[in-house]
Amino acid sequence: MKILVPVKRVIDYNVKPRVKADGTGVDLANVKMSMNPFDEIAVEEAIRIKEAGKAEEIVAVSIGVAKAADTLRTALAMGADRAILIEVAPDAEVEPLAVAKLLKAIVEAEQPGLVILGKQAIDDDSNQTGQMLAALLGRPQGTFASKVEVDADHVSVTREVDGGLETVKLSLPAIVTTDLRLNEPRYASLPNIMKAKKKPLDVKSPADYGVDVAPRLKTLKVTEPPVRSAGIKVADVDALVAKLKELGVA
Amino acid sequence: MKTLVWVEHDNASVKDATLHTVTAAAKLGEVHLLVAGSGCAAVAEAAAKIEGVGKVHLADDAAYAHALAENLAPLIVELMGHHDAFLAPATTIGKNVAPRVAALLDVMQISDILSVEGDKTFTRPIYAGNAIATVESSDAKLVITVRGTAFAKAAETGGSGTVEAVAATGDAGLSSFVGSEIAASERPELTSAKVIVSGGRALKDEETFASTILPLADKLGAAVGASRAAVDAGYVPNDYQVGQTGKIVAPDVYIAVGISGAIQHLAGMKDSKTIIAINKDEDAPIFQVADIGLVADLFTAVPELTGKL
Repeated sequence: MKILVPVKRVIDYNVKPRVKADGTGVDLANVKMSMNPFDEIAVEEAIRIKEAGKAEEIVAVSIGVAKAADTLRTALAMGADRAILIEVAPDAEVEPLAVAKLLKAIVEAEQPGLVILGKQAIDDDSNQTGQMLAALLGRPQGTFASKVEVDADHVSVTREVDGGLETVKLSLPAIVTTDLRLNEPRYASLPNIMKAKKKPLDVKSPADYGVDVAPRLKTLKVTEPPVRSAGIKVADVDALVAKLKELGVA
Repeated sequence: MKTLVWVEHDNASVKDATLHTVTAAAKLGEVHLLVAGSGCAAVAEAAAKIEGVGKVHLADDAAYAHALAENLAPLIVELMGHHDAFLAPATTIGKNVAPRVAALLDVMQISDILSVEGDKTFTRPIYAGNAIATVESSDAKLVITVRGTAFAKAAETGGSGTVEAVAATGDAGLSSFVGSEIAASERPELTSAKVIVSGGRALKDEETFASTILPLADKLGAAVGASRAAVDAGYVPNDYQVGQTGKIVAPDVYIAVGISGAIQHLAGMKDSKTIIAINKDEDAPIFQVADIGLVADLFTAVPELTGKL
């Protein structure tokens, strides 16, 4: 079985994003970028499935600017076998629906048994792409996975749901999206980072797949969230109790 | 505009998340509901009484028993033939099903809306709530998930909707439900609680978390939450996690105990009316958003607080 792992280059999760003064978006100039944390978990899971002898090849794919090749190299250094970059213009914003359509075209060409995506990207916080891909392919989806067990013709996915956990059984090929608890992603070692530079990385364009990536949503403006007014510090527990009484909760 | 709202239920009653979603839907136009499940006729009757509700579509079939997206999406797509917008609460069920529906309708979903600014214009948080985007859809039909804490609850009574059965679309045969482990809790539900006591990494272990946080929560009739660190360390189950990737809450009072206040945690609770932080590190980022802060060792301060309430 082949596994396809889509990865996204996003602002590093430790960076506090700054809204541009003109309200057109978030300032990404000179900001540290990294692989979306959920996608690292997806790459790790694919590697573990391969290490367990249940997959032969891992293909990482990213849709984004030329720099997204760095993100793919990270996936290759972790253990992916080859990569595909669908390059878009520097100012292009490719929405989940367009990404899902591009991934559908790649799935049709590559025929993976499993596609593992992150549950959401930490920049647009959409949580849509995996579900949309599953819909377009008419395949089952195992979203928010905290455990994945691959068998001959199906995959069992334990999902993190409100209130607890739920297990579903999906026929293969299937789409799985990762939650935080699925695994602890490995670090790429220096020798593997060097080796990753020699692994194949194909560069394509959306036109190669005949997909229109024009956005359906127009961002009218991006603003800072309301700022909370400065609070006070109380000296001791008695003062805190008094405050709680004022608030009517004690 | 005719809207179709997904009713989240447990076969007995309508979940609060739905009531918030109805309020958002009412801003767009006529509100119709979809109650899907197995043996859920009573829920449809209750749903019809929600204020402002018109028709309640009842799809009662074994295929809908566990809200599998593969079986629900075709049903919703069919109903969208005569609705203009589909709204679901941004719960794990809503987030699982709605994008599947959107893709089948060939429209972009608008996730986790905070407000309705116009027929096709909405605000939503991006970058872990560090920015708010105003977006306008150019799609013919809308698929939206709604952040419950951003909209008031619709009244559960006063409505006079009519229940209408809809034909099931059957089992897609792609997936099946194996089982679930739902944590039983007598405390209020996290996302609708008025008061939340949350604990972080500083709580040390499962026993210390239980012996420190739970008595305070019980004294206040509060729900219990946690930071990712506390969940990862196994102090509490996953579904206690408050944050960007866990639950988004906005209670009247949020008490953060031993939580430093990382961006990802703040994303889930910074819309709380009053935030109280107890932390021994006076430079912890949590104090930048806290209305009331107490710099103290939680192991002495929390039991003392519990005792004095």
